[in-house]
Amino acid sequence: MKYFGLVWAGLWRKKTRTVFTMISIVIAFLLFGLLQGINQGFSSALSRLDVDRLYVSARTGMTDGMPISYLSRIRNVPGVRAVSMWAYFGGYYREARNPIPAFATDAVELMKVYKEIKIRPEYIEAMAKTRTGVLVSGPLAATHGWKVGDRVPIGTSIWTNKAGSNTWEFDIVGTFDAGAYGAGFPSFYLNYSYFDEARQFGAGEIHYYIVSLQDPKQAQRISREIDDMFANSSVETRTQTESALAQSQLKQFADINFIANAIVGAVLFTLLFLTANTMMQSVRERTSELAVLKTLGYSDTKVLILVLTESLLLCMFAAALGIALAALVFESPALQKLFGEFSMPLFVAAMGAGIAVLVAFISGFPPAWRARQLNIVDALAGR
Amino acid sequence: MTALVTLRNVTKSYVRGKQKVEVLHGIDLTIETGEFLALMGPSGSGKTTLLNLVAGLDQPTGGEVLVAGDRIDRLSRGNLSDWRARNIGFIFQFYNLLPVLTAEANIEVPLLLTNLSKAERRRRVQIALELVGLSDRARHKPNELSGGQQQRVAIARAIVSDPTLLVCDEPTGDLDRQNAEEIMNLLQALNRSQNKTIVMVTHDPKAAEYASRELHLDKGRLTNDTRRAA
Amino acid sequence: MKMFRQIGAVTAMNFRSLPQRLSTSLVIVIGIAGVVAVLVSVLAMSTGLIRTMENTGRDDRAIVMRNGSVAETSSALDRNSARLIVDGAGIKRDAKGEPILTAETFRILMLHKKADDTEVSAILRGVGPKVLEVRPELKIVAGRMFQPAVAEVIVGKSANAQFKGLNIGDVVSSRGANWTVVGVFETGGDAHESSLMSDAETLNSIDQRGAFQSVTALLESPTAFQTFKDSLSANPALAVDVVREREYYRQQSKTMTTIISVIAYVVGGIMAVGAVFAALNTMYSAVSARLQEIATLRALGFGSTAMVMSVLAEALVLALIGGVIGALLAWAFFNGNTVSTLGGGGGLGQLVFELSVSPQLMMFGVVWACIIGLIGGLFPALRAARLPVAMALRAV
Repeated sequence: MKYFGLVWAGLWRKKTRTVFTMISIVIAFLLFGLLQGINQGFSSALSRLDVDRLYVSARTGMTDGMPISYLSRIRNVPGVRAVSMWAYFGGYYREARNPIPAFATDAVELMKVYKEIKIRPEYIEAMAKTRTGVLVSGPLAATHGWKVGDRVPIGTSIWTNKAGSNTWEFDIVGTFDAGAYGAGFPSFYLNYSYFDEARQFGAGEIHYYIVSLQDPKQAQRISREIDDMFANSSVETRTQTESALAQSQLKQFADINFIANAIVGAVLFTLLFLTANTMMQSVRERTSELAVLKTLGYSDTKVLILVLTESLLLCMFAAALGIALAALVFESPALQKLFGEFSMPLFVAAMGAGIAVLVAFISGFPPAWRARQLNIVDALAGR
Repeated sequence: MTALVTLRNVTKSYVRGKQKVEVLHGIDLTIETGEFLALMGPSGSGKTTLLNLVAGLDQPTGGEVLVAGDRIDRLSRGNLSDWRARNIGFIFQFYNLLPVLTAEANIEVPLLLTNLSKAERRRRVQIALELVGLSDRARHKPNELSGGQQQRVAIARAIVSDPTLLVCDEPTGDLDRQNAEEIMNLLQALNRSQNKTIVMVTHDPKAAEYASRELHLDKGRLTNDTRRAA
Repeated sequence: MKMFRQIGAVTAMNFRSLPQRLSTSLVIVIGIAGVVAVLVSVLAMSTGLIRTMENTGRDDRAIVMRNGSVAETSSALDRNSARLIVDGAGIKRDAKGEPILTAETFRILMLHKKADDTEVSAILRGVGPKVLEVRPELKIVAGRMFQPAVAEVIVGKSANAQFKGLNIGDVVSSRGANWTVVGVFETGGDAHESSLMSDAETLNSIDQRGAFQSVTALLESPTAFQTFKDSLSANPALAVDVVREREYYRQQSKTMTTIISVIAYVVGGIMAVGAVFAALNTMYSAVSARLQEIATLRALGFGSTAMVMSVLAEALVLALIGGVIGALLAWAFFNGNTVSTLGGGGGLGQLVFELSVSPQLMMFGVVWACIIGLIGGLFPALRAARLPVAMALRAV
């Protein structure tokens, strides 16, 4: 610790060079923080999803529906707390450019399964009393200026109703707050009974059964039991936990983990070279100074450690700055809107520190070794 | 007067390519405590090599080197470092101060190797600074000091850990007449008032006049050994 | 002329002393190579996607969907509408005088990627009997065409390469029906090669669907599009959208290509800034190391412009080398690699396309490299020019 002054001063021998090297390191770790932050953010968001909810869909694909008769059979599986069902309605408001993720469901069961959704009980009752009633999320209502009691026309390109029209009229009977669930919860629910009665085709077809479990540890067993139950039926099922479902959806998009790691790897390799070069140059310029330290009685090993410490200080200081910058970026309002509640995971900062140490050692060791091997007499004589 | 430094049949040779070059041939030398020795000779005579051996910067090819009772020719590289830290103060022709540190930080560098507390280190640095008369320049960096002032800082650094032996390699080589005189006066004062043993390599006869003993080296052998009255 | 000779002479001196500064100079080369490699690789994804999209569709083909549909797969046209569309103006007719079009219907299949077994969605397109006339670019390259009224499919070349279980003879199951793969087709490297095809009527009867989802018509000429569109809009019994095929596919993939491009530029941009500082570092060292030389030259009468130009030239050449290396690396590693991702808003399923590290892309990378080199060399160059001669000479 007492050597700190010596080491720190050694870094600033050539101010511009140190500053530029530091900036490069800061930028490299800024990139690292951003990419890994996003990568980790996705993974942790996925793992945080409820394990006490299962999604049952047709094995051949979500769009192939399952019969409504499956509902009671799933409900009777031991360990099942509640079962809700979703039939995909998927309409738009006014124009196709304003799509609405709408599902037909049984509101009472829905709110039992998604217990974290905040809704007034009178709204759920209103759904039962109003055939054409719909529940919408607060943000969706705000976007279109809807209020409870409004009648809204929703267009759909798939479902023609029995009256021959592709525009369905609904009455808004209540709003809900899905903040606790996070992003991705559908924002528009109509009564399944009304939908099934009024649709021209596809009657009795359900796209998702959502199962709430009494004990999350039973997830595997119950999943298997449900799928086994329908193994020989007309429509085979596939049951997954919420996080497994999200993960598979994400994987369709891209192998984000691979891309993030590949880019970061390329950047860090380049950085290694830059830092090593800076340290080597620095040591070469200070040959006589290092020799003097040795004459004063600094052992070879001590000099090696001094140079390594310098490298460490350089890398860690700059890396910390870079990661701090990345963390700041994540807090910015623009990104908060995109990703929701998102902060740089502590794990990423720790990873960054570890990598900084590694870079410091790998790039600092050759010059440190050179300093160690320095022969006093030769160095002082200028050889 | 006890013998501080004893050299017995010391030889030093280098291998340059395929050639073996002998720089020192069988040197026998005794230096007493409190002596101020000037080592002189033409270039290539081996005086710097001899100095390096005495200071423990290098080891002889043959013979014995005894300093302050230690057989330094038998010490390992690591132990030699420690030994130097405790026993030697070195002064160079080109000062060799660390350019990024202030004068007092430069003087403190040898003390970092000790177990002294920060306060104690500070105290010793201040004493050394006073001794060389530069207390008012403590916070200055080397590039803010003149050549003579830099050499005085170097001397302060050399004596701050109270070494047994002061070793100087052409200490006035880069200074003008006036500064050179100041430095030599300082060294002489250290020798006389603090009884510091000094071994100095120089080619400047004026500088040698301040010493109490003059030794000449030619082609690796000791010639002329003159003692001066104090 | 004297200027150029001066510049030439100083630059030559710079390069002759380069070996002494080898490792520092390598820093620029490697740093810029890294930036260019990453930039070009990521952009190759969007280039490949755009290329596949642009290849898909002809100007004289139009797609008709239900009014307000976001994609073919979410549209629904009943038989009545299909019949009315057949009467649209501007449709090319075959030798028998019948309009060349196919009424199509879709199914989403879940397939598994060969690479990592990920489950992805792919499109099974049911086509009409005139499909080969509507799409003359469709060629069967292995096996044979499917027969109507039988559960047979043909698979696109890319689909066959990327997904498991699509070889001739394999059976694909969907909703209780078993489709046998009887052939592999290619359509000139466009989006359709990532999908499967079968007979529309067969698909409808198996799925018990009464309606089609879209109609693709071959027009008399690209200019006949407006006539066609107007004739359909004028018909009050029809509520449809008519769009050029090319336009449709471009729209579908717009989000994806935008996302990829944004990522490329953000990441590439950040890396470029880092590379600029690495370049600055190197060039400043280069100038520092030769302060004496530079001062001497200036004292001898070489103008400051010559000094600036020579330093810039050195930075530029090093950056160029790095850029070329980076572009070549990207080309070697990624050109021709097939990747797949969600092609667009669900309307395209998983799209398989080739990464294309085109010459234009590599050129772009090299230009980027040169810009970095120039910026990195500018300030050191100015320093070399403005150096107080006396001070530098005194450092001797």
